[in-house]
Amino acid sequence: MQASPVRDLVVGLFVLGGLAALAYLTFQVGGLSYRVPGGLTLYAAFDDIGSLKVRAPVSISGVKVGQVAAIGLEPVLMQARVELDLDPNLELPIDTWARIRTSGVLGDQFVALDPGAEEDTLTSGETIEATESAISLEGLIGKFVNDADLEGDD
Amino acid sequence: MDGHPGAGAEFRIVFDGVHLTRGRRSVFSGLSCGFVRGEITVVLGGSGAGKSTLLRLIGGLIRPDSGSVRIGRRDVARLSQREIFEQREMIGMLFQGGALLDSMTIFENVALPLLEHTDLAPQDVAEEVSRRLAAVGLPGTEELYPRQLSGGMARRAALARAIVTDPEILLCDEPFSGLDPVNVRRIESLLVELNQRLGLTMLVTSHHLESTLRMAGRIVFLTEGVAVYGTPREILASEEPEIVEFLAAEGRAPASELLGDERAEGAP
Amino acid sequence: MNQTDFSQMGPVQKLGHRSIMLAVHLGSVVLFFGQVLRALVMPRYRVRRFVNDCFDAGVLSLPIICLSGLTVGAVLGLQGYYNLARFGAEGSLGAVVGLSLVRELGPVLTALLFTGRAASATAAEIASMVTTEQLDGLRMMSIDPLDFVVSPKLLAMVAVIPLLNALFICFAIFGGYLVGVSYLGLDGGQYISSLEGAVDLENDISGSVLKSVVFGLLVATVATYRGYTSEPTAAGVSAATTSTVVIGSVCVLLSDYVITALWGV
Repeated sequence: MQASPVRDLVVGLFVLGGLAALAYLTFQVGGLSYRVPGGLTLYAAFDDIGSLKVRAPVSISGVKVGQVAAIGLEPVLMQARVELDLDPNLELPIDTWARIRTSGVLGDQFVALDPGAEEDTLTSGETIEATESAISLEGLIGKFVNDADLEGDD
Repeated sequence: MDGHPGAGAEFRIVFDGVHLTRGRRSVFSGLSCGFVRGEITVVLGGSGAGKSTLLRLIGGLIRPDSGSVRIGRRDVARLSQREIFEQREMIGMLFQGGALLDSMTIFENVALPLLEHTDLAPQDVAEEVSRRLAAVGLPGTEELYPRQLSGGMARRAALARAIVTDPEILLCDEPFSGLDPVNVRRIESLLVELNQRLGLTMLVTSHHLESTLRMAGRIVFLTEGVAVYGTPREILASEEPEIVEFLAAEGRAPASELLGDERAEGAP
Repeated sequence: MNQTDFSQMGPVQKLGHRSIMLAVHLGSVVLFFGQVLRALVMPRYRVRRFVNDCFDAGVLSLPIICLSGLTVGAVLGLQGYYNLARFGAEGSLGAVVGLSLVRELGPVLTALLFTGRAASATAAEIASMVTTEQLDGLRMMSIDPLDFVVSPKLLAMVAVIPLLNALFICFAIFGGYLVGVSYLGLDGGQYISSLEGAVDLENDISGSVLKSVVFGLLVATVATYRGYTSEPTAAGVSAATTSTVVIGSVCVLLSDYVITALWGV
């Protein structure tokens, strides 16, 4: 094998390309990016998280700004406590709403943040007070049937 | 024919009672012979008689089932892998077909033993390589690849590689096979020259009777798993049936006609 | 070792004999791998050979990997779309394509394609070196062929497979994107975001990388072993090549099952 600079270059490019593909998959697709030291971590308590999973996206007006880091049970009030890893540049007022919504009809569930109007903003480690639990389909249908029954009894 | 080297000479390599079987076939059954220091010994025999195997036993590539293969005091058959590796540094081997690494240039091939086992500076390595290549008649071929060389040239490059570390013993496996008569003569005179100039102990396996008779100091004839051993004169005069048959098949008349006959005969 | 006479054995004896031979064989493979590893631990600075082997194993595999990636992704896109459209869930196409690729199709198909192309070529190369006595030539120069020839090839193959896997997956995602967005009219942003939402790092991506490394180790070992232990004949080279492809592929598929079952990927 002679020293072939072209060959070396090609191998180098191949390795770079492969690593770039791997990096894309790891960070962009796999979602490694949001957990940064000094990032913004907030908590929210829900009565019912439905089928919310860890790594579910957190978005504001449909734009992804973070993801669900952990889900646990808050022992005192028996509520679900969700930890959110968010973009550190966010400034969320303390009366921000956190709602669990479903993307599409059959889609996965995610957390939608609705910023409030107050001046004071939440700092890392604080809890979002205003939350709305996941809507359960059975509950809706049951409610609909009940209402229909009530109206039907005339 | 007792094969004693005679006054002043000594055996460098000695086989004693070597047995070797391959699968169901018995290759050697009590092979005993000796190779004299500083001489060219040609190993003759029909195909499958075990000529290549003999060389491989010396090189430690194969181990015998029993018996000893001594180089000097050390029995190759009893050495550990590491000791065999060390042992090989005094042996150079020319394989049938050359066995150059086809992914490397001629320079890299010939330089390989130096690069791996010595600390020579690059320019010294280059000098050694070009000296050897010139010695075998291949100056300036450093940058070529083995596939770009003809059979004879590749063989000579492999010879350059075999001698680049100045080994004491040179093993040549069928160096003439597949070559035209001109190249046969070339390699033959190279080998003789190396032997005379450097005093190498050389073992050459061959089918090629004329070259054998010209260059051999001694002949080892392999037959039926054992060796018949002696000078060319003794071998030609032998009455052993295998030898007689072998010589006849090669179109040879009895001894007295041949010794002293310098003309190259036609049989390839 | 004496030849055994098969014709004299009853069927049960044959089975027993074959099983013992298999065990012996596996044992020698393990020993072989151990020797290769040991050669790596005493490293020789032969980067040039390693780079060349990376070229042979990796760069030369790029065309088939990228092309197959694109087409597999496109097929997944089409198939996935038709099935999801029945439920009105076309929006999840990105997720479907991504998950099937990352977890299974990426590592397995990459490994199988690699076995057919790069591993068989390596086995053939090593086997032909055996036939032309190049390996014996190295031994006679006190150079260990496992160290000089085999280790760099094995290492190169293992290093290269995860990269090829990642490239395959990316090309396939792109193939699905092309079909879904340009051909079937999906929204590109939705494709990407459903993909990103569904595929996670701990389970999916790391499982994919793990699988491709394991597959790489298996395939590389099979290829170098079959090449190294081949008969020094032309038939031996051919046997080394075909058995590499067959055994390598079977190993990939079997280990895929084992890893999926154990890891839950």
